[in-house]
Amino acid sequence: MPQLNINGRSHDVNVEPDTPLLWVIREQVGLTGTKYGCGVAQCGACSVHLNGEVVRSCALQVSAIKAGDRITTIEGLSKDSSHPVQKAWAAIDVPQCGYCQSGQIMAAAALLAKKSKPTDKDIDEAMSNICRCGTYHRIRAAVHIAAGNTKVGSADALTSDQQNA
Amino acid sequence: MKNTISAELPKISRRKFLVVSAAAGGGLALGFNLPFGVGSAAAQSAAEAAEVNIWVVVKPDDTCMIRIARAEMGQGTLTGLAQLVAEELECDWNKVRTEQITAGQNLARKRAWGDMSTAGSRGIRTSHDYVRRGGAAARMMLMQAAANEWNVPVTDLQVANGVISHAGSGRSTTYGKVAAAAAKLTPPDPKGIKLKDVRNWKIAGKPLRRLDTADKLNGQKIYAIDLKMPGMLHATVKNCPVFGGKLASFDDSKVKGMPGVKGVMKINDTTVAVVADTWWRAKKAMDALPIVWDEGPHAKVNSASIAEHLKSGLTSNDAFADIDTGDAPKAIAAAAKKIEAVYSVPFTSHTPMEPMNCTVKLSPDKAEIWIPSQSLEASLAALSSASGQPLEKCEAYVMDLGGGFGRRIGNQDVVRQGVAIAKAFPGVPVKMVWTREEDQAHDFYRPIAQCRLSAGVDEKGNLAGLHLRVSGQSINAFANPAAIKDGKDRRQLQGLWPEPHDAQIGYTHANLRTEYAMRNTHLPVGPWRGVNTNQNGIFLECFMDEVAKLANRDPLEFRRSLMSERPKHLAVLNAAAEKAGWGKPLPKGVHRGIAQFMGYASYSAAVAEVSVSAKGEVKVHRCVFALDCGNVVNPDQTAAQIEGSVAYGMTTLLSEISVANGRVVETNFHNFRVMKIAEMPKVEVVLPLTHDFWGGVGEPTICVVVPAILNAIHAATGKPVRSLPLSKQGLTLV
Repeated sequence: MPQLNINGRSHDVNVEPDTPLLWVIREQVGLTGTKYGCGVAQCGACSVHLNGEVVRSCALQVSAIKAGDRITTIEGLSKDSSHPVQKAWAAIDVPQCGYCQSGQIMAAAALLAKKSKPTDKDIDEAMSNICRCGTYHRIRAAVHIAAGNTKVGSADALTSDQQNA
Repeated sequence: MKNTISAELPKISRRKFLVVSAAAGGGLALGFNLPFGVGSAAAQSAAEAAEVNIWVVVKPDDTCMIRIARAEMGQGTLTGLAQLVAEELECDWNKVRTEQITAGQNLARKRAWGDMSTAGSRGIRTSHDYVRRGGAAARMMLMQAAANEWNVPVTDLQVANGVISHAGSGRSTTYGKVAAAAAKLTPPDPKGIKLKDVRNWKIAGKPLRRLDTADKLNGQKIYAIDLKMPGMLHATVKNCPVFGGKLASFDDSKVKGMPGVKGVMKINDTTVAVVADTWWRAKKAMDALPIVWDEGPHAKVNSASIAEHLKSGLTSNDAFADIDTGDAPKAIAAAAKKIEAVYSVPFTSHTPMEPMNCTVKLSPDKAEIWIPSQSLEASLAALSSASGQPLEKCEAYVMDLGGGFGRRIGNQDVVRQGVAIAKAFPGVPVKMVWTREEDQAHDFYRPIAQCRLSAGVDEKGNLAGLHLRVSGQSINAFANPAAIKDGKDRRQLQGLWPEPHDAQIGYTHANLRTEYAMRNTHLPVGPWRGVNTNQNGIFLECFMDEVAKLANRDPLEFRRSLMSERPKHLAVLNAAAEKAGWGKPLPKGVHRGIAQFMGYASYSAAVAEVSVSAKGEVKVHRCVFALDCGNVVNPDQTAAQIEGSVAYGMTTLLSEISVANGRVVETNFHNFRVMKIAEMPKVEVVLPLTHDFWGGVGEPTICVVVPAILNAIHAATGKPVRSLPLSKQGLTLV
């Protein structure tokens, strides 16, 4: 079993080789920001970056990780929640229960790393993570804010205009 | 979600308890720092902090800890309740922190914090008054303490942002400096406190940012599924896949030697558990465990046989009439034009993103549980009854929920399972986590229902009569039979009730009949966000469009003609129509649908804009909502709840829970399709508040989401959609 490089730190783990990366991250390394949602790579709650690419760690056996691979979890996305995606998420209160949001944020960060100015279609194609609270509306708005496509408070940033009559 | 609290609750509310000083110890015993809102109140409130009253604890650095007794599951209640207390407290909002109380603390103090259940969109609407009085009483005590110190009349003092000042002498002080003295004063009579006029609010009523967002962005938030404790063991379970069946046998010799496995056990008649040193090892052993089920009497039931069972209720003579004005059948028979339709809505599942779980630790003199519960006191009661420890030796800590939607309220199945497993490991914390597959297969599903509707219109296009018969499963019959009076389960007609204030039908007519025939199945059912307003909203509001079409009338104008005695329903319908630009031209191929309904004491209406391609691809472009919930505590979070209701509602266009061989077919997200971002429409919200009542927010709008969309599909295709999911009509969502 190679050492795992997670968030820039090396970890020796002693597990069965078919253990999914998700459970190594959660139970061996002890980073619980990456979530279990389905176990079959459908919901994206377990999304992490593997060498910069977003992957679903619940369906990736740890034996598939090669020496030199770099894994980034939500805890390692930034030191102080300063990644543009995290700042945009905070600015318009994207999370409701928050359980899926680590995965949503990791998916959005990977998208922006590839396409700095994504269109709605790009977002639709890249963001297939499930959210049962239904924060999709704000996720889309926050990705555009993070990309600099729109500003917080602008008419396009959030179409829920609140008329407190 | 009425009447959903566990039947075990009344027992605890009647009991009297001494203050149990150790009640909060578990939060400290974890051996690591829990973030705000997770630990117990006493653990959070450091020794030097002063409890001014049960709602407000002030620290010397002026931090105001506001106590929260309701669960936070994403709906924003934690922030909203803090806003209400802070508004009356007149503290500095930037110095507000929150702490969650435990069920044991509430019992030890004779339920001083009131009801802890978080259901029925009641978190704020049933507690706003006493939490505001709590904030106001604390403010009065803090000001009195300053007045005493300065020996001046309290009426000469002013307060703003937690700073008390005396204009006459130029002196000022802060809440943190006088809190200890304030805590020793006799509290004012809450009933005598005059609360602020809602229109003068500065903190409440404003779209402030949530207090609980930061930890949800960096992986620091600890959900129950994330708990780590020294020596902790991990468990998973498998329940008999056929409801009503039993566990016959299992062969643990195949898995006992697998890495990390600590135990394989039958924990009740229907459930087997595997315990290991990690969850993944427990799950792997469970997958390898040979299990024989006695599938019981329902092993041949399927969706088709259930549909036939419900169909019998559409014409049977065992129904009861709830509204029976005039003679609807006779008026319809005599009408110039008539229409009849049968609608059907399938079971669906809650599927919160965080699977069912809890952590239980049973010591000789104490039973503890950490659980994402919508009813922490019911969890405590279940912990006591399952563990055999008396209530005063039990403690339940709520962990913020990774989604609730009604799944984690009354039925404490998870608690009983967690306790049964932990009994085998005394003194050891055991975390039980279900797989997604168990979560799908063993939910308390939204009940299945069919509805036969008939109506007639006269030569002028006026409604002659309307007759509605719901046939379907009863939540009360499964969960709370005592709530059914004289055999009439009115709850299944939620949203169609004649009486005002809660879930009143929006129309009146001289010939109107509503009926319900109970047709239960072997599936367990329960409250699902919006509960029975979902099905009934579809039935009534989609049929209204069919009747309007028969009468050659505009759906909005036709509805208005029946709403003259329902001014609040009508105002909300008009607000949605105006905001959406009803009647104004749309892009080619885009069609509108409208719906209104009432639930949880709030009035909702929606307009959806939809296009349908030749291939049957349905695109929902825009949804406009109007909600009158009386008063609103945080308009941005109110909007968030409405946005969320769109996604939760629209998933029922895509998916159902179906039954084959007595068991649920849809086992995970590959065959239970949940709506994703690509399918999410734009959502716009208008809040035409009337300020003379307090209605719910989390649930009221979901009942108009689907009918507005279905009516737009009807407008686009010329064909009504009478059954869900859309795939039954050859339609898909894009």
